Amino acid sequence: MVEILYFGRLMDVMGCSQERIALPDSVRDTDGLRRWLDAERILSGALLEPTVRIAVNDAIVPEPFAVSDGDSIAFLPPVGGG
Amino acid sequence: MDNIQILDTAFSAAEALAQFEARAAGAGAIVSFTGLVRPKSQAGEVTGLYLQAYSPLTETGIAAAAKDARRRWNLTALCIIHRVGDMVPGDAIVFVATASAHRRAAFEAADFLMDYLKTEAVFWKKETTPKGETWIEPRLEDYADRKRWSKAGT
Repeated sequence: MVEILYFGRLMDVMGCSQERIALPDSVRDTDGLRRWLDAERILSGALLEPTVRIAVNDAIVPEPFAVSDGDSIAFLPPVGGG
Repeated sequence: MDNIQILDTAFSAAEALAQFEARAAGAGAIVSFTGLVRPKSQAGEVTGLYLQAYSPLTETGIAAAAKDARRRWNLTALCIIHRVGDMVPGDAIVFVATASAHRRAAFEAADFLMDYLKTEAVFWKKETTPKGETWIEPRLEDYADRKRWSKAGT
């Protein structure tokens, strides 16, 4: 199982801020996760946008980045405060 | 010493500045900036603004930007306060203050930190207007402002 976190508008798109998912064997990295989850939920590309970055275990990672059981994976739409 | 705070309740920028002035005693220049929730946006009258952070990424990112500012300018004190949670028009969202021996370093460092906070700090903003709720992302001008600092030696 992995923990998936969604922030900003992706919380609305996904309908939750976090969930636990069992990854299929075919998903080994962030690219695979984006493609599989986007297709699984019929999102038409919301998780494939290049401006959406991914953090694995609380650090933004260069992609593709390996993911495995026990990881916490966050989808981050464009950020900005102030 | 840097003072960095993420707050989920309202704060007074005037009090923050008074505290900073006390802490920065001995500086020749203090610059402060306060960002407030605007009452109007393109979508109309704003009734609320919600800010979301992602701990610990938000904190470590701001701390790294503060370190970068100190590397670029000779600062004697620095303060960054940023709100999360629900706010209403007129509320302070962000407060940045810098102190240095002379004005230029304090001005530039505060400007640099605000450009970081607008485009790279890990926050998401949702605005409520009569038309509903909208997630707000940085404007192109915000990214252009941030790029000013990427030239070597500035």
